[in-house]
Amino acid sequence: MQLIACPWCGPREEVEFHYGGQAHVPYPDSPAELSDEEWAHYVFFRDNPKGRFAERWNHSAGCRRWFNAIRDTATYRFERVYRLDDPKPGVTELARSREEGTAP
Amino acid sequence: MTSPFRTSTGGRIDRATTVEFTFDGQTLRGHPGDTLASALLANGRHQIATSIKLGRPRGIAAAWAEDPGGLVQIEEPFPEPMLLATTVELHEGLAAHGLPGQGRLADVPDSARYDAVHHHVDVLVVGAGPAGLAAALTAARAGARVALVDEQSEAGGSLLSGTERLDDAPALQWVAAAVAELAGLPEVLHLQRTTAFGSYDDGFVLALERRTDHLGAAAPKHVSRQRVWRIRARSIVVATGAHERPVVFADNDRPGIMLAGAARTFLHRYGVLPGREAVVFTTNDSAYDAALDLHRAGVHVQAVVDARPEGSPRRAECERAGIRVLSGAVVTGTRGAERITHALVAPFADGEVGAGSAITCDLLLVSGGWNPAVHLFSQARGRLRYDAALGAFLPGEELDGLAVAGSAAGVPDLAGCLTDGQRVARATLAGPPAADDRLPTAPESAVPTPPLVLWRVPDTSGADGSTSFVDLQRDATVADIARAIGAGLRSIEHVKRYTTIGTAHDQGKTSGVLTSGITAELLAIPVQDTGTTTFRPPYTPVAFAALAGRDRGRLFDPERVTALHEWHVAAGAVFEDVGQWKRPRHYPRPGEDMEAAVLRECAAARTGVGILDGSTLGKIDVQGPDAAVLLDRLYTNLMSSLKVGSVRYGVMCGVDGMVIDDGTVLRLAEDRFLVLTTTGGAAKVLDWMEEWVQTEWPDLRVHCTSVTEQWCTFPVVGPRSRDVVGAVFPQVDVSAEAFPFMTWRDTTLDGVPVRLARISFSGELAFEVYVNPWYAVAVWQRLLDAGRPYGITPYGTETMHVLRAEKGYPIIGQDTDGTVTPHDLGMAWAVSKKKPDFVGKRSFARPANQDPLRKHLVGLLPVDRQTVLPEGSQIVEFRTDGRLPPPPVPMLGHVTSSYRSAELARPFALALVKGGRERIGETVHVPVDGTLVPVEVTGPVLVDPEGARRDG
Ligand SMILES: [Zn+2]
Repeated sequence: MQLIACPWCGPREEVEFHYGGQAHVPYPDSPAELSDEEWAHYVFFRDNPKGRFAERWNHSAGCRRWFNAIRDTATYRFERVYRLDDPKPGVTELARSREEGTAP
Repeated sequence: MTSPFRTSTGGRIDRATTVEFTFDGQTLRGHPGDTLASALLANGRHQIATSIKLGRPRGIAAAWAEDPGGLVQIEEPFPEPMLLATTVELHEGLAAHGLPGQGRLADVPDSARYDAVHHHVDVLVVGAGPAGLAAALTAARAGARVALVDEQSEAGGSLLSGTERLDDAPALQWVAAAVAELAGLPEVLHLQRTTAFGSYDDGFVLALERRTDHLGAAAPKHVSRQRVWRIRARSIVVATGAHERPVVFADNDRPGIMLAGAARTFLHRYGVLPGREAVVFTTNDSAYDAALDLHRAGVHVQAVVDARPEGSPRRAECERAGIRVLSGAVVTGTRGAERITHALVAPFADGEVGAGSAITCDLLLVSGGWNPAVHLFSQARGRLRYDAALGAFLPGEELDGLAVAGSAAGVPDLAGCLTDGQRVARATLAGPPAADDRLPTAPESAVPTPPLVLWRVPDTSGADGSTSFVDLQRDATVADIARAIGAGLRSIEHVKRYTTIGTAHDQGKTSGVLTSGITAELLAIPVQDTGTTTFRPPYTPVAFAALAGRDRGRLFDPERVTALHEWHVAAGAVFEDVGQWKRPRHYPRPGEDMEAAVLRECAAARTGVGILDGSTLGKIDVQGPDAAVLLDRLYTNLMSSLKVGSVRYGVMCGVDGMVIDDGTVLRLAEDRFLVLTTTGGAAKVLDWMEEWVQTEWPDLRVHCTSVTEQWCTFPVVGPRSRDVVGAVFPQVDVSAEAFPFMTWRDTTLDGVPVRLARISFSGELAFEVYVNPWYAVAVWQRLLDAGRPYGITPYGTETMHVLRAEKGYPIIGQDTDGTVTPHDLGMAWAVSKKKPDFVGKRSFARPANQDPLRKHLVGLLPVDRQTVLPEGSQIVEFRTDGRLPPPPVPMLGHVTSSYRSAELARPFALALVKGGRERIGETVHVPVDGTLVPVEVTGPVLVDPEGARRDG
């Protein structure tokens, strides 16, 4: 059972968390102005990469806060967790946090 | 009475005490400290059972969990199937019999208790052999929080099976001192009889402690029988030792054939001679210890058969003892009716077997080398590497937080295991090691001759490998592997599944690497290219009861009960589970079945007055200046226009436009709403609100809190409900004018705050009464007392369902399934056209949601006025011949709710039907038990379609 580092609570058992799918898929500003295809992309289409993936997680049985994480879908390793109001970390930033050992 | 094969002295058994046990109905004696296997061997019994497919006699072939042969069924003290005689500790009254591969589950409830404990440590050491003890001492002496777990009944590991010396004294003295030292350190948890059976992510290990199994009937009732330890460790030291593996040859499965190391264990640990006349067949030096030890104990060792042409430097030692050593020779087969009587020995050079001869024996010891027990390392996704010199798979990489030490890492000698344990433990320490971190002195070991890697002896018996057993428990042979390869299988995973090798209770502890080796040989590829099959938990079998722990019976899932639960029980309610809630389903009177009770309860609510415990309804308090904005965005209809004091029904959809919940909303203040959800949807709706507020609209000043348990809710339903509520709450004007439908009022009863709401889930005049649970029983009783003149009738969920279905009110999740829009439910009226957007709105315009053939919620009336259609029944076009055509039969939809109606005096149903609203008035067919039942499609509202009753 993995430990997941909630940005608010620290490392906790994975059973306390709820998966929320791909991160950084904002609700469209004006859904009415989107074509059916554009709207369908928002509703149904998500990436499914092997490797690094930005995801939403909810510490549902803990502080109940949502947060984002960069996780490797091939190894399950969490490379980084970050708050919703943090920008999506870039590749160089991830590499740096790994070197400094600040990645969870 | 002495057992015939018991030595006169030695061993770790309590010779002063005798215990009686039965095996296959025969009463036998052994000693505390015995395993069932050692006690059977002491009584001269090798055979345990016959094999699963071929019926061949099989016996004890190893001394612990790697034994592929000795499966037993325990009968007393508690029936348990498929245990190994080698791992069952003997106790008074144990009754068992041998199993041909399959056991029998207990037919009586298991009254033992099982539990689980979480434990967090700096260092977890698995295995209390030399390397593990050295590692635990080093870590503990440096002040680390340590857990040491070991699967045997006492610490020592391989030292229990030998005559090794440390610090010029028997090695077990050092073991005892180490255990005592660990016991004196406060941060050390040391558990014996505890098998670490799975290693998972981030230092998580599951271990099973067998706490009372060895005590039999004397086990104290208050102690759990087995305990699962859930250990989270910063660092794990795997010091799990190594399993000896056999060499495969023809007829290698007879009772009396066992691993050489196992014979040493039986001799030194249990004081048992596994035979009188032994042949030792080996490819390496380790079996010479077995030959010499057995010889000293009085066993006649007929020969040591060493497959290596150069033999071993220990040959001289054997010859001094009078033991014949045959170098460059192999065992090619055996004879015997049941137990072995002869070993067939032949010269062996460059892979060719010469002409052989038979040597009489009742014991054949085999050693084909040692497989490091890398299971926990491999489970943690550690890659293995093949060591061609050892013929073994070793840990092939460094893992974060998990290190392998001692013979599990391929270290061959005692001194090396001790220093390796210390080295690995020191690497886990944050600081320097303790000043007194001393290791005992081990004698120099002789430089060994390299082992010969020999998986199998060529079959000269004429059986073509069909009696050369690789997995004894599965009756799988070299011929089976050849057949798998002949069938085109190349991956070792496929060979495993084709042959079933490694799928028995022992999970291939002796057969797995042999299969890799033989497969590689047959494919003529290097063994490293074959690799091993994936190691998966559990390392040894774990009973489901242990995994379940305390989470059984009533503790399996939390039970939620309302404040009125005791009242319901006393009233004879029949309960049903709604999520985790226990809800009264109906209240049968003497002689009534559910149908009769529900018809009576329904009639009372429609003609007099009924009362329901609706406390399980989800309730969410939504507060903040932007509360109305949030609800406008999440509900399909407009909530911001709702007046304080009023109530509105609302529907909630996902972004795909499908209904996810419905309920009513009470506006308590400009900035405060009480949102009522379905019982099952309460948690989901709160999560939904939180998700949107946190992830999309963090600017909204709003907070959502569950208050489900803060309010009990009693709908008082029926034409006389106004009389009842008016009598209990006299200061409230309950007239239709002063207290109209879909409004709420606060009042008090003897100073207790009470909220009343004109909400109806039945179509009748109804008042919902909300009160703090502390006062629920008192208020409920007042309502009952006031209702007595009108025959007030408590009703349950079944009646609630009938009443709402008669009105066509859907239950989200029963009448809908995640593919149903508000329009499909006929609730276009609940979808705002004014709001520019809300969650789901854009999806309503998608072409699929405009399809006139979408399924609509409709009513169904069976034409025969008799049949209660089973929920879930399919609906098909009307067939004039009344017969179902051959498949595929186009489906029009399905029955979602179906009941018998007191009001309609006939059964009815709700259903989702393609283009259903266009079909109203048509007759369709519903197949029920092989016949087609004609049903009329109607609108979903079957009772009081004008809504005349809700105001009384
Ligand atoms: Zn948290």
